[in-house]
Parts: sequence; C-alpha cells; structure tokens
Amino acid sequence: MKENTIDHSHAASKFNKDVERVNWHDETLWFVRSKRDKAAHNIPEWETLRETASNIKFNVLSNMHHYLQEFEAKAKENGIIVHWAADGDEHNKIVHSIIAKHGVTQMVKSKSMLTEECHLNEYLADNGIEVIDSDLGEFIVQLRKEPPSHIVLPAIHLKKEDVSNTFNEHLGTEKGNNDPQYLTEAARKELRDTFLTRKVALTGVNFAVAETGEFVVCTNEGNADMGAHLADVHIACMGFEKLVPERKHLGVFLRLLARSATGQPITTFSSHFKKPREGQEMHIVIVDNGRSTQLGREEFRNSLKCIRCGACMNTCPVYRRSGGHSYHNAVAGPIGSILAPNLDMKKNADLPFASTLCGSCSNVCPVKIDIHDQLYKWRQVLVKEGYTPTSKTVAMKGMSAVLANPTVFKIAGKAGRFVVKNMPFMVNNSMNAWYKQREMPAAPEESFREWYAKKQKEAKDKK
Amino acid sequence: MSSRDSILNKIKNNQPTEENQLPNLSVLGLEKFDVIETYKTVLKGIGGFCEEVNNIEEVKAYIATHYPTAKRKITTLPELADIAETDWTTVDPHTLEDVDLNIVKAHFGVAENSALWVTDAILGQRVSTFITQYLAIIVNKKDILPTMQQAYERIGNLDYGFGTFIAGPSKTADIEQSLVLGAHGARGLTVFLMG
Repeated sequence: MKENTIDHSHAASKFNKDVERVNWHDETLWFVRSKRDKAAHNIPEWETLRETASNIKFNVLSNMHHYLQEFEAKAKENGIIVHWAADGDEHNKIVHSIIAKHGVTQMVKSKSMLTEECHLNEYLADNGIEVIDSDLGEFIVQLRKEPPSHIVLPAIHLKKEDVSNTFNEHLGTEKGNNDPQYLTEAARKELRDTFLTRKVALTGVNFAVAETGEFVVCTNEGNADMGAHLADVHIACMGFEKLVPERKHLGVFLRLLARSATGQPITTFSSHFKKPREGQEMHIVIVDNGRSTQLGREEFRNSLKCIRCGACMNTCPVYRRSGGHSYHNAVAGPIGSILAPNLDMKKNADLPFASTLCGSCSNVCPVKIDIHDQLYKWRQVLVKEGYTPTSKTVAMKGMSAVLANPTVFKIAGKAGRFVVKNMPFMVNNSMNAWYKQREMPAAPEESFREWYAKKQKEAKDKK
Repeated sequence: MSSRDSILNKIKNNQPTEENQLPNLSVLGLEKFDVIETYKTVLKGIGGFCEEVNNIEEVKAYIATHYPTAKRKITTLPELADIAETDWTTVDPHTLEDVDLNIVKAHFGVAENSALWVTDAILGQRVSTFITQYLAIIVNKKDILPTMQQAYERIGNLDYGFGTFIAGPSKTADIEQSLVLGAHGARGLTVFLMG
C-alpha cells in the first residue's frame, strides 16, 4: 500500500486543472447515469424491486453467521474448496499458496474489486507471479500502471487517444489509430492468447447463494468465463457480504444490477458456478477485511448491502468532477467514502467530506443504502475521534461561536459584506478554497435581518 | 482459533439482532406485456439478431446463407449433425479455439432482458459459448418467459454444475464509452425463435 497519499481535495484540484477534460469526464458519467434512468423507468415495479432487494440484504446482515455456514457446507458438498481470510494479507497468502501449489507463475484475472482492495497484484508480483487483468478497462489501466478509477468502468478517466498511445507502446498497434473497434480487437487478440495459456484463473463474485453453494459472476465481455473454463484451477474471491439467502433472490438482484450500473437490461453473461468442471479445481476465498467490524457499526452496517453497481458514482457531482483516483481507495465515490473510513479512519478521514450531501447517491442506490446520511454521520465520528485536519476544526469552532451569538453574527455578517464589496482581494485569493473554479455572487447591500427590521419600521410608520 | 472461527465469531457478535423476515417475491414480475415482441425489441437493442423459424430445416438454411465463411461449426444438437461437428464434447476445451460458429438450444429465454438460460446439460463444454467467434441459440417461442422472476421459478431447485444467462453478443464500452461488439466472447449472436 502506498503511504503519504494526497487528500481528496488536493487530488481533485489537480484533476480540475484541465477544464476541458473535467467537463468531458463529468458529461460522460452523466450520460451513464441517464442510461440508468431510462432503464429504471422501463420497469414499472422498479421501486418495489429496490425495496425488496434492500430487505433481502437486511435479512442477510441479520443472519450472516448462519448463511455463511450454510454456504460453506453446500459449496463443499459441490466439490469446491473453501478458504477464509481475516484480512487482505491472509487473502493474498491463500491465493499465492494455491498458485504455488500448482507450480505456475502466471495467472489471468477477471474484475474483482476485492483483489484491488487487498492489493493482490502487487503482492503476487513481489512473489514472482505475473497477473494479467482481462477486463478491457482493467487491462488498459494495468498497462499504464494505474489503479481503476471506477468499479464498473475502470478506465473511464481515459480518452481513446490515451488508450491508443498505451496500446501502441505495449501491443504495437498503429500510432494515432484511435478507433475503439480497432483497439478492442487488438486487446482481444492479445488476451485470447492469455486465456489459452493460463492454468490458473481468478474471478470475483457478484452473488453467492447460501441455499445452493453456487456463486454468480457477471460480465459483458465474457472474460471471467474465458479464463475460468479454460484453466485447471479457478479461484473465486468474495467479501462475505456477497451472500443472498436463496437462488430465487438472484432474480431480484440481476434485474437491478446492470440497469443501475450502465442502463443495460442485464449483463451479457450472468454465470452460475456451482461445481468445478470435470478435472478442474475450484476454490472460494471468503474475505472479512474489516467487514465484520462494519457489521457491528449500527449506523454504517447498511453499507454492506452494496452490490457494486457504481450508480452512486455516476450520479455524484463531486465524483464526476474529481475523478476516481482522487479518492485514493479501491472503491471510489460516495459508497467508497463510507466504506473506506472503516478500513482506516486516519488515512481516509478526508473522504466523507468529499460530498455535497445532495443525496443523489441514496436516490439511485438499487439496495437503498442511506449513503448521504452515512457520509454525514462519518463526519461526526471523524471529528469526535480527532481525525479531521486542524484547519477544519478551527474553522468549525469559529463558525459555532459566531452562530451561537446573535450580536457576533450580526457584526460578522456586516464585516463579511464589507470585505467582499470593498476588499475582494482579502477573500478571493489562493488561501480561500471557496473561490477555486468559482465566481462568487456580489455581496448584498443589507442582511435579511436589516431588511426585515426596515420593513417592520416602514409598516409601523404607515399606521 | 482459525480465521474461519474468528470471523464467524465476530460476525455472530456484531450482526443485527432484529428479526428480519425475507420479503415476499410473489408480488414481483406480474406486469403484463407482449412477451415475444418485447423479447425481440430488447434483443435488437443489445446487439443481437432475431430470426423466427418454424423448424430445424429453416435454421440450416439460414446458417448456410448467413455464415458461408464459417469453417468450423459445432453443435450439441443431433439434428444439426449434418452441418456441424458433434464429437467435441469430451476433448480438451483449448482445441475449440478455432471454432467459428456454435449452435446450441437454450432451456428458455427471458423477455425483459432477452437473456437465454443454458446449462452444462446442453453446453457440451462450458467454454463453448464463449470461445466461439459467433454464436447461434435456438429457443422455443413458448419458452420465452416475461421476467427474471419467472426465470428463477422455472429453474427452481434444478441441479447443474454450471449455468449461464446469455444476453446478446459479448461487448465492451471500456474505451470512451464507445460500444464495441465482440470483446472476448462471441462477436455476434443470432437467436432462432422457433415455433
């Protein structure tokens, strides 16, 4: 894990330097959000579906202990080898030991945000194992040695020119050929060879069914299936919150997932893995890594309902204008900002503040997580625990002193209006973040209280 | 204590104590709409082709005219043995890398998302519907269900090793949100609606 990460607002201000690109990023994600709306509005019972999904997940949270054991027993019955990892480090060691046991040094992987969270690729590289990410977006960012900037759209921060340059450098594609069809075809050819030659394939898990011991992996590209069905060993890694009680509940979640994510009616492939194919070895690694702690935080446990659709990111005005990398966490955006402080309060204390609390995230969440409420609640926890920067604490204390005393409030308001009007340089300078990328409105001539007092007096005088 | 036991213990101590009943799913999927028309519209929307046929001979004729350059064709349907290989189900799956067209028959389809359900029982090899350059799936018109709600009612407690819903050709939009068909799996999907 990289130390000394820069905080969200500083990373965001760097991202905002290229105005044209920020506008493009903003519009691209809003386009995805609009597609989600269209898909959702096509389903008259959409709200019932969301409510149902949320309630199923609530049932899962309350019975997690039971469902996990049921899932483990059924998976074992199906011939799957089940592992348990308390944290990211143990998860990485388990995966490495399986690869090492088979005496190979290469693995193909489909998208798994959990392995990003655990920094599996770095760990395996340090241990001499080459990992190739096969989702196109992840493949692109891996070649560029960058983390994904979005959980569903890993390369959403890049333009086709960037991809073209990267492929020209690594795959020898024509310089300056920016055609997405051409670039995708180049990656298809390259990765086909990877699929055909890897003995071990790792996938994530979208849903795991307690009743049957099967797990579901959703992709549009077919990369998870290409890897898993050709490899001798299939390793599937999942956070324990991926459980659903019964197979029939999958119907509810599969109706919500892709529509919320990209506006598609369903992903191209929704693959149900129940038993290894003949001669194949199948492993499941069930990971905690802080989830059981989050389960115990009454105000934040609902975050474990998340099905990783990314709708909250696409709709978030802060995410759209700051980019996924500003969040310095495997999961960015609003949901990442309520998950990250649980993992490391000190390192991620800035994230719950990377929000306007507008509530759009909660409105689009397919499992109805109260995301913006949790962001607000995390702020309170972080201030209480002393993890917020001194400047913020001082400002907040100053603010509360002013707001608590009507006389002080009146004087401060007058002074503020005077300064903005007559000495704008005092506030419109590099020290004041409120003036970055913004034109401030002109200061009013009088305050509301002054206006009200004047009107009262006029009314009295008339009588 | 093993990680398993310590994780489970911690979960037991931390999980909510409220009783939360599972919601009733029978209120879902009751919307009425034209199932076949919806299926066709949605399939078109996600890049698939739909061809209505009356019998297997029409399937053969369509394949002959639309896939004239497909060198290697495979199928698990005995009735197509005269136009495609059927003896590949027990070979090393890697040898399917040069398959141009795979023709299978789905158990059923779903109108709301045009997905088709296939399992080990009809796949021949799990990788066969992914590794092929083009995919054709036959499904009976009477087996098109309205929503995923009915789909899982139909699947019920069926035992399978692997099953997947396939909706359209493999695709990606990872480069600037430009849709490209044929990411890693099939470049094109033709669905034969039969009957």
